[in-house]
Amino acid sequence: MESTPARASGYKPPPPVIEPGHTFESVTSKISSVVLTKYQPVGWIITTLIAFMFLNLMIVSVSYLFLKGIGIWGNNVPVGWAFDIINFVWWIGIGHAGTLISAILLLLKQDWRTSINRFAEAMTLFAVACALMFPLIHTGRPWLAAYWLLPYPNGMGIWPQFRSPLIWDVFAVSTYGTVSALFWYTGLIPDLATFRDRAKHRVTRMIYGALALGWRGSARHWQRYENAYLLLAGMSTPLVLSVHTVVSFDFSIGIIPGWHTTIFPPYFVAGAIYAGFAMVLTLAIPLRRMFNFEDFITMRHLENMAKITLVTGLIVFYGYLTEVFFAYYSANQYEKYMIINRMTGPYAWSYWMLIFCNGLVPQTLWIKRLRTNPFWLFIMSLIVSIGMWLERFVIIVTSLHRDFLPSSWGMYYPTFWDFSTFFGTIGFFTTLMFLFVRVLPMISIFEVRTLLPQSKIEGAEGH
Amino acid sequence: MDFAAIRSRLAGAEGRLYWRSLAELSDSLEFREYLHREFPEQASEWNDPKGRRSFLKLMSASLALAGVGACTRQPPEDIVPYVRQPEEIVPGRPLFFASAIPMSGIAKPVLVESHMGRPTKIEGNPEHPASAGAADAVTQAAVLGLYDPDRAQTVTYRGEVRPWSAFMGAMQSATSGQKGSKGAGLRILTEPVTSPSMAELLATILQDYPAARWHQFDAIGSDGARNGIKQAHGSAANAVYHFDKADVILSLEADFLSPSGIGSVRYTKDFADRRRVTDENKHMNRLYIVESSPTLTGAKAEHRLAIKSSEIEGFARRLASTITGQSSSAASTPAPGGQLGEKWVAAVAKDLQEHRGRSLVIAGDYQPAAVHALAHAMNQALGNIDATVTYGPAIEAQTVDQHASLAELSNAMEAGQVQLLLILGNNPAFTAPADLKFAERLAKVGLIVYHGLYHDETADLAHWNVPQTHPLEAWGDARAYDGTVTLMQPLTEPLYDAHSAYEVLTTLTTQPMRKTTEIVKDYWMRAFGAGVWTIRNAQGETFNNAEAFWRQAVHDGFISGTAALATPFAPAPKPGAAAGAPGTAAAATTTDTAQAPSDPSTPATGSAQPPAPTPTPSPAPQTAGGLELIFRPDPHVLDGRFANNGWLQEAPKPLTKLTWDTAAWISPRLAETRGLDRGDVIELRYRGLTARMPVFIVPGQPDESVTIFFGYGRRMSGRVGNPPEEARAFNAFLLRTSDAPWFGSGLEISKTGERYLLATTQDHHAMEGRYPARVATIAEYEKEPEIFKHMGGHVPPRTLTLLPEVDYKGYKWGMAIDLASCTGCGACVVACVAENNIPVVGKEQVDRNREMHWIRVDHYFTGDIDRPESLQAIHQPVPCQQCENAPCEVVCPVAATTHSSEGLNDMVYNRCVGTRYCSNNCPYKVRRFNFLLYSDWYTESYYSQRNPDVTVRSRGVMEKCTYCVQRINTARIDAKKEDRAIRDGEIVTACEATCPADAIVFGNLNDPDSRVSKLKAQHRNYGVLEDLNTRPRTTYLASLRNPNLELEPAGERTTGH
Repeated sequence: MESTPARASGYKPPPPVIEPGHTFESVTSKISSVVLTKYQPVGWIITTLIAFMFLNLMIVSVSYLFLKGIGIWGNNVPVGWAFDIINFVWWIGIGHAGTLISAILLLLKQDWRTSINRFAEAMTLFAVACALMFPLIHTGRPWLAAYWLLPYPNGMGIWPQFRSPLIWDVFAVSTYGTVSALFWYTGLIPDLATFRDRAKHRVTRMIYGALALGWRGSARHWQRYENAYLLLAGMSTPLVLSVHTVVSFDFSIGIIPGWHTTIFPPYFVAGAIYAGFAMVLTLAIPLRRMFNFEDFITMRHLENMAKITLVTGLIVFYGYLTEVFFAYYSANQYEKYMIINRMTGPYAWSYWMLIFCNGLVPQTLWIKRLRTNPFWLFIMSLIVSIGMWLERFVIIVTSLHRDFLPSSWGMYYPTFWDFSTFFGTIGFFTTLMFLFVRVLPMISIFEVRTLLPQSKIEGAEGH
Repeated sequence: MDFAAIRSRLAGAEGRLYWRSLAELSDSLEFREYLHREFPEQASEWNDPKGRRSFLKLMSASLALAGVGACTRQPPEDIVPYVRQPEEIVPGRPLFFASAIPMSGIAKPVLVESHMGRPTKIEGNPEHPASAGAADAVTQAAVLGLYDPDRAQTVTYRGEVRPWSAFMGAMQSATSGQKGSKGAGLRILTEPVTSPSMAELLATILQDYPAARWHQFDAIGSDGARNGIKQAHGSAANAVYHFDKADVILSLEADFLSPSGIGSVRYTKDFADRRRVTDENKHMNRLYIVESSPTLTGAKAEHRLAIKSSEIEGFARRLASTITGQSSSAASTPAPGGQLGEKWVAAVAKDLQEHRGRSLVIAGDYQPAAVHALAHAMNQALGNIDATVTYGPAIEAQTVDQHASLAELSNAMEAGQVQLLLILGNNPAFTAPADLKFAERLAKVGLIVYHGLYHDETADLAHWNVPQTHPLEAWGDARAYDGTVTLMQPLTEPLYDAHSAYEVLTTLTTQPMRKTTEIVKDYWMRAFGAGVWTIRNAQGETFNNAEAFWRQAVHDGFISGTAALATPFAPAPKPGAAAGAPGTAAAATTTDTAQAPSDPSTPATGSAQPPAPTPTPSPAPQTAGGLELIFRPDPHVLDGRFANNGWLQEAPKPLTKLTWDTAAWISPRLAETRGLDRGDVIELRYRGLTARMPVFIVPGQPDESVTIFFGYGRRMSGRVGNPPEEARAFNAFLLRTSDAPWFGSGLEISKTGERYLLATTQDHHAMEGRYPARVATIAEYEKEPEIFKHMGGHVPPRTLTLLPEVDYKGYKWGMAIDLASCTGCGACVVACVAENNIPVVGKEQVDRNREMHWIRVDHYFTGDIDRPESLQAIHQPVPCQQCENAPCEVVCPVAATTHSSEGLNDMVYNRCVGTRYCSNNCPYKVRRFNFLLYSDWYTESYYSQRNPDVTVRSRGVMEKCTYCVQRINTARIDAKKEDRAIRDGEIVTACEATCPADAIVFGNLNDPDSRVSKLKAQHRNYGVLEDLNTRPRTTYLASLRNPNLELEPAGERTTGH
């Protein structure tokens, strides 16, 4: 359409965020048909079943953990934290993309976000659910940790110890979880009403009706809705930065070489966004294929996400280089040894794999052909997820296993239960994700409708 | 109401005073309170932190009462008072009893802590000369052995439970069969016997059965020392060394600082005393050692020459001829160790001669008699006799060559001459040399009675098994390393159907029903009356009566002044005859072995008998090729007798820090040439015998020697000690022959390709330039006293903070650990385990770095591994450093670890949820986490062992050293009752109490006169990782070395790499 003059001037407009040819009706029916049908793609059934198996593995692992104690894992002294906290930070990091897409991109009026924000938010919630498990189950006595970390009036006359970053975590993560849930639910209300209206079965109608909270789509509803949504977006924005900053304090407050560094907050936040976008890509690419959503999640989306991944990846890589520089520049023997040990010690493989995954592989995104190849993006996003997991492994395990006194140096070897708990949470996450896809609109119907050219032409009537 | 005050206020008022009530007028406290409150009750509580807490409590109480109150009814618990109050027992207050733990027949004097009749902890007897309050790891762990559920529990005959009376009957009929032959078929096998009462009992039996034979065997005893002194003296004697008087010491492979040796507790103390350097007194002894396998003594030595065990005799001969100046063939033969050896001979001889009367040459227990004789001759030549070494009478009732004695028994068994064999302890079926085929030959014995603590390998072959009483369950006596008669008293009734050795032996006498108490007490009552024992109290005065003597002796745990007397070996007077004194009856004449000095009333003093100048050389070793094989007792399980003791299995062995297993020590170079790595299983072939061992690479081991340790590979030790299938062959006794008990050549090793997991508690033995343990030579320290302060990182100035300094007003607890004294014996580790109910976690958990010890002994090497003589080892005990700026405290989310007003870093188990953040953030890694349920909650017999003053921790809880806060609180209560301050030395932590070297000192830092404050004022004082600004309360006094400049040029610094 407009491409002719653009080509003449050498300017190439970005590809559309929604493929041409859609109407309000086609958008609505296409998205809602995924839910309001009796039939499921075979891929969905298989994936959900496998994920459910892993969910059961998690239940078994955690039950056994509660029966026997932390000793079933490989944790020890000096490596007091290992897979448990690696997984926690990894999941929390993944949970960052959702809020970033919903809130920050909303405030920045990046309308391409509308096709992906819904399931990115869902992903956030489920990732936070996985993440929240770990601080609880990693404790020696979770039945007490479940409430002793909260400030509540008690017969012992004692508060939590507010100087501990773990307490800050409790507040940061629970706030983040609450606001994300509210934000997500608020965004769902108009679409829930659409489902209520389109559902055939009486029970389904009642359920969606109840969840829609009496939404009728009146102008007053829309006006309040927009206000509330914007407010929540405003509240979420600082949280994107604060949660991972606080999580990074868990380490930077500690005095262990490799932990005790001021670079952690920005570096962790960038890493979280990086990991989060990678996970969105990991989910979006198969889902758009499975449900034929290429029209809504277009190449432009994928490319934009790839660009953000590249930028945050560069920040993360810069963080790695800074760590090395400061180890040299500090002239501190413990810091120096820490870096040398990372590069040449018994866990050197993890460091070099990390550099490969997070330093080298994202550089392929400079190339447009790879950046727009969904298959490569999918592979790359998996590599990034592995890389970010390794980053936490390097920070936690490699720093702890050789700290100050050589006499107490040791090694950490994970056990079966370390892996089963980790893969179990991936099963938990995937199960939730696929159930979500089945019962709720994975793409925001009403927001995608605003992307249609019709909505621009018809102005306010579009709503 | 104070009307007078009201009137005066009214009168004193200017103008018209309006008043609301009489209460206001009287200006009472209640009224002021009422005014202050203004708002109802709770509001103003918020201004007051204490009130806020009670408010919180009230709120939560109402919450709890409203919600979940009255769920279960507590079961009724009856409190029944004693009908007869036991003497002296105050619930909550322990009592201490002096006793002894015999080890190879020799008493290790102890003081046993008993709570409500339950012995819980063993410490050294502070009054006893052999202990001075300290005890080694093995002795302390005996208390766990008492409660071992795997102990033999009932009398059995061929595996079936029988009453004691049945055993007595069986013995009656067996002995009546022996009457005719005068006991020709009767044999008794015991450990070495130093006990005077036991000796009398044995002598009585041998009088009744003149043809019977008594054999003694101890697999880890020193025939070399026995025979060597006989060579030098002409008769058996007992050498006692006085390291507190020696300035230059040469050890010929003598491990006198060994963690479990006889007398090493006192030797360690004396040795440490002579090198206790302060800023004021910089006098220090010097230790040379010539040894093969590295030992703790070698680690402490200034100079260590590593040569093969078989070469030590050659070295001693060369040195002796240099010192005595006698030209002999030895003088011309080259010294072992090549050029270095020559240099050594010259330098050591010179140094020894310069310190005549203040030097000491000591030969190792595992060296042959010739080396001992040479050492005695050198001491004689150096004028050390009666100065640094004294000779007393032999302390064993009969001194025999034990390997010969066992061989004789074995041959008699083979010849079918043994009809009745009594084995008292010892487990010879496991510990006998392989060439004697002892276990096989037991099958040819008519009736075997075994008296042992466990149903072990020997018990399995015996017909009658009588459970032995634990030393804490029975009366007894034995002599300490210096000869002091030490009494044992029972702390509890036998837990099982156990009987003492006395009771077993009485079944051979005419009075089979006598009780142990009766036998021991009767002996000493008669001894008091007359005889060889001259009984005096500590002041050298006589006692009023026998009863007073007995009470005093039992109270003290020993009889003072008895060291100079030989153990008489004479039968008891016949019952019915006039009460005779022990030792006065005719001496038994049935043995061909050397006797104690014939007239025991005039004790032999060694100086009276000059040592023979040229000791007979030991037979030339078999000139077989291959490597040298060296045997050693395991430092903790010895010959396997403590294999079922979890504390000892888990205590890291010195130098290797290996737990739960044994290993063959090889040098780095041998490992390199044979392609061996730690944990590779090798097959050892030696004189037609084979065994297997995993290897451990030990720097300082001679390249041509392989050292293996006894005590492992036991099949029947119990649930703790039984090895897995693949470790059954890790048994050093499989290779031992009676002609070469401690070393021999001709060893071949080959790699099997199998691997075996060896769990250690420390894998990294280099300091990486961090100087946690600091050392310098005495010359460097004299020149630059501040030298140690410059070794670590830069310590930030205390002013570099915006926060005010914390002022510790009352007590301010601190600890100083002197690395110059510490020998690394690990007694503190076991003391801490016993005191603080520290669980045993097992090998697999140790391998995962989850051992629970609150204090560990770090070990660092410095030097070049290819030049064993350059190796230096240093030991550093690390308990919690009790940092003033504790990194662990700030990160705990639930305030489970907090700072006390006295500076203790307290750990609140009940509050801990187990995030392990504190452990991660601890730069010293002294915190320990209960990853699983490590405390044994299910074995009932262990309940009684636990210290009731210390919580038994559950899983999921962090724990660590508390500076024995329970002891602090006990002392605090005592002081408060008496309205005084706690005195210096009143609180002794468990590790401090048991440290043989007195390296650990605890006390109040606010008292400038306390021992710990004085130590901390020394220049040698430094804190580990002080550059982190943790401000540790536990600090260290740097170690010192006093090298001979001829052997170590001043430029060659060995203070780390």
